[in-house]
Amino acid sequence: MTQVTDQKVIHKPIEDLRRAIVRFAGDSGDGMQLVGTQFTNATAVLGNDLATLPDFPAEIRAPAGTLAGVSGFQINFASDEIHTPGDTIQTLVAMNPAALKVNLPDLEQGGHLIINTDAFTAPNLKLAGYASNPLDDGGLAGFHVHPVPMTKLTLEAVKETGLKHKDAERCKNFFALGLAYWLYDRPLEPTLKWMDAKFGQRPELRKANELALRAGYNYGNTTEVFQVHYRVRPARQEPGIYRKVRGNDATALGLMAAAWKAGKQLFYASYPITPASDILHELARHKNFGVRVFQAEDEIAAICAAIGAAYGGAFAATGTSGPGMALKTEGLGLAVMLELPLVVINVQRGGPSTGLPTKTEQADLFQAVMGRNGECPVPVLAARSPSDCFDTAFEAFRIAVRYMTPVIMLSDGYLANGSEPWRVPRLEDLPAIEVRHDYPAEGFQPYMRNERLARPWAIPGTRGLAHRIGGLEKEDVTGKVSYDPENHQRMVDLRARKVAGIVEMIPDQEVLGDPEGELLVVSWGGTYGSVRTAVEQVRQLGESVSHAHLRHLHPMPANLGDVLRRFRRVLVPELNLGQLCTLLRARYLVDARPFGKVKGKPFNVAELVERIDRALKGVE
Amino acid sequence: MSATATLPVVNLQPKDYASDAEVRWCPGCGDYSILAQLKKVLSTLGRDPDRTVFISGIGCSSRLPYYLATYGVHGIHGRAPAIASGLRLVRQDLEIWVITGDGDGLSIGGNHLLHAIRRNLNIKILMFNNRIYGLTKGQVSPTSEINKKTVSTPYGSVGAMISPCSFALGCEATFVARSVDMIPNHLQYVLERAARHEGVAFVEIYQNCNIFNDGAFQHATDREIRDDNLIELSHGKALIFGRNQDRGIRLGSGYRPEVVRFGENGVSIYDLLIHDERAPAPALAFLLSRLQHPEYPEPIGVFRDVQAPIYDRLINEQIDRLTAEKGPGDLQKLMYGPETWEVRAGEEPVFHG
Ligand code: SF4
Repeated sequence: MTQVTDQKVIHKPIEDLRRAIVRFAGDSGDGMQLVGTQFTNATAVLGNDLATLPDFPAEIRAPAGTLAGVSGFQINFASDEIHTPGDTIQTLVAMNPAALKVNLPDLEQGGHLIINTDAFTAPNLKLAGYASNPLDDGGLAGFHVHPVPMTKLTLEAVKETGLKHKDAERCKNFFALGLAYWLYDRPLEPTLKWMDAKFGQRPELRKANELALRAGYNYGNTTEVFQVHYRVRPARQEPGIYRKVRGNDATALGLMAAAWKAGKQLFYASYPITPASDILHELARHKNFGVRVFQAEDEIAAICAAIGAAYGGAFAATGTSGPGMALKTEGLGLAVMLELPLVVINVQRGGPSTGLPTKTEQADLFQAVMGRNGECPVPVLAARSPSDCFDTAFEAFRIAVRYMTPVIMLSDGYLANGSEPWRVPRLEDLPAIEVRHDYPAEGFQPYMRNERLARPWAIPGTRGLAHRIGGLEKEDVTGKVSYDPENHQRMVDLRARKVAGIVEMIPDQEVLGDPEGELLVVSWGGTYGSVRTAVEQVRQLGESVSHAHLRHLHPMPANLGDVLRRFRRVLVPELNLGQLCTLLRARYLVDARPFGKVKGKPFNVAELVERIDRALKGVE
Repeated sequence: MSATATLPVVNLQPKDYASDAEVRWCPGCGDYSILAQLKKVLSTLGRDPDRTVFISGIGCSSRLPYYLATYGVHGIHGRAPAIASGLRLVRQDLEIWVITGDGDGLSIGGNHLLHAIRRNLNIKILMFNNRIYGLTKGQVSPTSEINKKTVSTPYGSVGAMISPCSFALGCEATFVARSVDMIPNHLQYVLERAARHEGVAFVEIYQNCNIFNDGAFQHATDREIRDDNLIELSHGKALIFGRNQDRGIRLGSGYRPEVVRFGENGVSIYDLLIHDERAPAPALAFLLSRLQHPEYPEPIGVFRDVQAPIYDRLINEQIDRLTAEKGPGDLQKLMYGPETWEVRAGEEPVFHG
């Protein structure tokens, strides 16, 4: 890695850290998501393992300086494997009093607190609800406080560009970033390169932001404010080519890869909704990949258009979040009846109703598994990490096409916006997806079935196969409308058996730790990282605890019942009030116990460790 | 070149378009005639059943796809335009028809109808308007006249009615027409025009529900009186009607249409409105769509037939253009993204930027 040499004149002591957790926090207009993302990129290219947690307000433009308007970005990076953005932070960059107030409770004792003192004005303190200035009143005792007049220093640094005061002041986030880069010994190059691309048309902005970035870096290097800085060495990663990826981008790529493997057109229909819209945005950029994106008039139209496209032979998908999923229910029922392949993505957020649009939750599991009229089985799988969204989306299509069924993929707000390093797979290494549309016209019936009970994907335009399908109950084999009681029983059974049969594609449930013992912790979806970390911590204390993380929620792996019964106790932590726990109890008659959290936030490792500890002691 | 001109033409009789499903509408229902005229038109145009798709929602009208030997989807209530949109966007090699009703299309599916029309998707939409909910047994519909007594409005309905053609014209449909189940030749003419139109074609068909709303369009179907109650639109011709062809429509003050009789108060044919289905603005067509019995004769025929960019073609053109400009996408490269680093066993990672 080349370094910018003029910044290395002064050598302050550098300490090696195994891992570090930094959070940038400011007003939603302060560009915190931007600098967080830049810091992540610089960290990724250093080869650290990492996990991020962006946290933004629900309002696009909450009043400046208020608690409601605080936007944060947290990154955990390490020289060993990590799975979560971390519970408590080591360094907090607070751009204003509101950001300090909201985020201080998460800063560990003795942690670094970098404060933009210029923003600590009387009106801002009042907006944040501070009676007196915490910088002066001893309220920050116990932390390493680094007061920095960032606004002033930024204005000075960019003066030569002649930028207007307002524009010049806006560069202060890059000053903060530069300072953080120095503190954690990160390279400036990725950000400088990004600036080239971003500000190509506006050289004066490019210059100003670079000046601010370097000023922040040099400020750390030369002033007395910081005595020491840190280094986090590269993590040991499997050989391969890596990138940093966010969950929603990985989902988009997974959908594209599935269509590509099958030599098919990808069709994605969606209606704007937080936190799923980025899948739509990402796919809309890739017209030269033949991706057809349709921003439908509503959620119902989105799934219905996807059904129409699937009927036409495309790889069709639709993405949404909980409220939109509620609207798609009717369409899902139709897709089940039509037995067409379709992927429906629910990027879960806090509910019910509009709920907490920008916060994460896992409370749509019942909705996915059971939330339809009639006996309406739909396979459900959930991604466990941002990069795993790729594999999950890919697998969702594999199942959909192989079994001629809609498939629900559950993601969540934390995975969607969170990022991590991803060892990019090679397309040729991905499993093949085979598609067939041609059937002999002789003896063709729209609801005849193969050995997997899947019906033919006969598409319009195919010679001699013209047939009619619809939402009314189908006669077995012929697909004609049928109200016959025996036939209905047979068809309900057939559809259920078909979906249950997907189990043959599902690998056996793996267990981290011993295959039997005192306590099994069972989790699913986006809580993978924190649960795994917590279980590992408790295991290191020599306790008998293991971890099973489910990807397939319906159907579940064939051996899951056996896995569960090999443990004396089963604990199910979820970001809901116990939905998977209820399903496990109902299906396997095990005395699984729930551990629910619904605060719009991921689990902390510490709270999981504490709960596991209690479970081991048999304390509820 | 016509979008459907490239479709192969086949030589089939109307009966060849019938599926083997037993038609289950009530005896005497207007839907029978519509189905019969549709089969004739498909035969006249030589449409290939394997390249033709009928998509419907829910309601009596929406059973129609089952009765044709083409591809078909009997969808869910009101959503046929959305299903058709998805199919159209991925398949340019099919002719796609949407079958809907007044409740299906204007009540539960109003939003989808609006957007399919305003996008100008290349689909044909037939709305069977019987001014009642038939399949659910006789509730008031959005096209029911005000003060209608039904099972759900035993003391008379109070909601204003909507005219399907006014709705479609309000959405700036590029083709809007109206016909009547019981005037077979006219219905065939209108269906054929719709089939030939490039872009969205919306056709309202007056349809008698003899079970729940018998005679709702008697003024338009009764041979004794219908010539006095209907006005047949013909491009470039004056708006003349009446069994003796002695009356017409002229534009009075305040853009108010007036019924006038030739010879009375010096009225001549030159005073009448001239129909222009190709007028770029839908204003005249909209005005005509507001003419309602009994105050006015009701127009049948083509209100509007204009050309406008077609959504599904534009999407495909955009894809073709961007693929030509940028070259076909390299998915592996896209997966790597702009910044990667490579890890080799036992070495520091290498940043590729
Ligand atoms: S209820 Fe009315 S519309 Fe429906 S089939 Fe019978 S007559 Fe026709």
